Amino acid sequence: MSLSKIKFDKKIVLSFWIILIALIVAAPTLLPVFRLNLLGRYLSLSIVALGVDLIWGYTGLLSLGQGIFFALGGYCAAMYLQITSSSEFPNNIPEFFALYGVEKLPFFWEPFRSPAFTFFAIWIIPALVAGLIGFLVFRNRIKGVYFSILTQASLLVFFNFFNGQQKLINGTNGLKTDVTQLFGQMVGSESMQRIFFWITSLLVIAAWFFAKWVVKGRFGNILIGIRDDEPRVRFTGYNPVIFKTIIFSIAGGLAGISGALYTVQSGIVSPQFMTVPFSIEMVIWVAVGGRGTLLGAILGAVFINYAKSLVSEALPASWMFIQGGLFILVVTALPEGVLGWLQGDGPRNLLQRFGLKRKIETYPSLEVKNKEGNNE
Amino acid sequence: MELLLDSLFNGVAIGSVLLVAALGLAIVFGLMGVINLAHGELMMLGAYTTYVTQLIFKLPILKPFYNSYIIVSIFLAFIVSGVVGILLEKTIIRKLYGSPLETLLATWGVSLILQQFVRSVPLAYGTGLVISLLIGLFLPTTFPSKIKESINFRYFKFSSWIFAALTGVLTGSVISSSVSKLSRASARNVDVTAPSWMRGQVEIIGTAFPKTRLMIIVITLISVIAITLFLNQSAWGMRIRAVTQNRQMSDCLGISTEKVDIITFGIGSGLAGVAGVAVSLLGSVGPNVGGNYIVGCFMVVVLGGVGNLLGTVLASFGIGIMTDLIGAGRLLSIWPDMPLPLSNTINFFATTSMARVMIFALIVIFLQFKPTGLFPQKGRMVEN
Repeated sequence: MSLSKIKFDKKIVLSFWIILIALIVAAPTLLPVFRLNLLGRYLSLSIVALGVDLIWGYTGLLSLGQGIFFALGGYCAAMYLQITSSSEFPNNIPEFFALYGVEKLPFFWEPFRSPAFTFFAIWIIPALVAGLIGFLVFRNRIKGVYFSILTQASLLVFFNFFNGQQKLINGTNGLKTDVTQLFGQMVGSESMQRIFFWITSLLVIAAWFFAKWVVKGRFGNILIGIRDDEPRVRFTGYNPVIFKTIIFSIAGGLAGISGALYTVQSGIVSPQFMTVPFSIEMVIWVAVGGRGTLLGAILGAVFINYAKSLVSEALPASWMFIQGGLFILVVTALPEGVLGWLQGDGPRNLLQRFGLKRKIETYPSLEVKNKEGNNE
Repeated sequence: MELLLDSLFNGVAIGSVLLVAALGLAIVFGLMGVINLAHGELMMLGAYTTYVTQLIFKLPILKPFYNSYIIVSIFLAFIVSGVVGILLEKTIIRKLYGSPLETLLATWGVSLILQQFVRSVPLAYGTGLVISLLIGLFLPTTFPSKIKESINFRYFKFSSWIFAALTGVLTGSVISSSVSKLSRASARNVDVTAPSWMRGQVEIIGTAFPKTRLMIIVITLISVIAITLFLNQSAWGMRIRAVTQNRQMSDCLGISTEKVDIITFGIGSGLAGVAGVAVSLLGSVGPNVGGNYIVGCFMVVVLGGVGNLLGTVLASFGIGIMTDLIGAGRLLSIWPDMPLPLSNTINFFATTSMARVMIFALIVIFLQFKPTGLFPQKGRMVEN
């Protein structure tokens, strides 16, 4: 009996949710401010991990450029905060513009004076950019490794662009948010951070349900079909381009939300969000947690980042070795991730190895190898 | 005319670095469908090899030959990166055959480890480790076939590894005691100084060309010619081309695809090492030196396609010349009185980083018309 097939009692499910909500409500009083802030950040990262899981775990598209959409969301949020709290600076525009002699707000930042526009921009702009990039790439049936390195290249392009444009977005310094005001409150203040933590937790749960809804039913089946055998999906009469574009822009939107939440909790958004290592790290969170399991993506993001901060505090030099080893280990020894291993035959096989559980008799001739050596 | 020559030379110089770096990547990608994200770090190993060779050639015994160290280091870099590449293939990549995305992630892990390795292990002992790997991997293959086929061969193998480890430790400590700069680990960048005959400039048709750049072009030229000859004239080259075209059929016809994979990966990695020598001549060498070039290499592979080495060559020089043309804003000097909006646009892109943005956009537009690059692999499969 694998874990995924166990039907939990309604009471157990209910009490699980009650405990979870109680923990979220109580977390600010249980944890020191620093740790709470870290937890909030990691929870916001788990939203981008959900997006990566949707495109990689379910659709088989390995994007190494999710940092683009993450940073775009962050920039939208940060610019809104900067603009609304710039009333005491010359020309009513954020302070940094004066350093480069810019006197008028660049036209594309104008709409960000409105909170409603920003609210939508945070997820719609990354989703649109993702949709555009995705469509241009998928239209030509570029896939597999080609897709991965193209996303990585576009990440670098965005990084170069954001890094070089001082006059538009403060270049390599990024936009600070911790001293800005939101609804009359300092964003970096303790009470605001507590609220952001609760919002983040709520949005993680919402994003989880949303992702579950996306992969359920026919849409999800087509995604899995694309992952496992794209030509067959095409021959059956579906157009994979549309589905891939949609799921890629959904992931982009999730990344944008995640980036905005991360920005307000870390106090700054900068082109560093678009570096190559950060975007690949997102993939490893999902890989360790278990790709194709949405909960795995969330848990993977939180736990790996927590481990990272703990290890880096104790032994700064060793984290790179551990992370590198993790990449190698997870793809060679644990391809379905921790949660996938638990849900699959992993525990049974382990118990069998120690003779604790009887081997299940099967008909070997009926066992189908699910991994064909080479179908690319 | 002078301007054009200057621009062309700069473009070719940028392109030749890209080419020598992308060559190995393209061959491996063509054969195994694997993109090696650790390719940049193999370049870095090559660059560090140049540095170590330079310091060793400063020792009193080798001092008379100091000027030739750069030639020696090309061969050494090829061997060092090649050995590390072979180890990589034998331990990790072989297990992941058929799942290219997983290989991508695993090689990224390797690149992280290699980066941290040069930061936290003294280079002298790093050299020792590479030497023991070299001996351990290749000593068993030199035994006569009588021993190889005997049951006790694994004992021979084991003892050769012990011998290799001892030699490695010995060389490591000898180097570390004689060259003090190599005995401590350091995350700081190091500098390779070109030997005196490579400094300065050469004048051709009234234009001055830096000698190091010319040297890089020569290295690239030799690498491309050598690889073309190897692939087209030698028996193993033919086998590699056969496996690239149709792996299963070649396997059926008795070509050892395993050996072909190892050889190709070794050569591809070795070429990364040679690229590292070229890179070390251009600027200081640090753990992140490979990262600056790697995405350019990917673009070359994507643009050139995997069917033909000519694609890689054309793509590298195309990207190189375009980088120079856009990044230095040369169109403006060729056509000084163009309309204002156009010249503003050109000025906007006239930095190295913005030139990359432009070139990427151009590549994406190009892929709309030819999705599999200039010279795609021809096949009749649905997937191709």
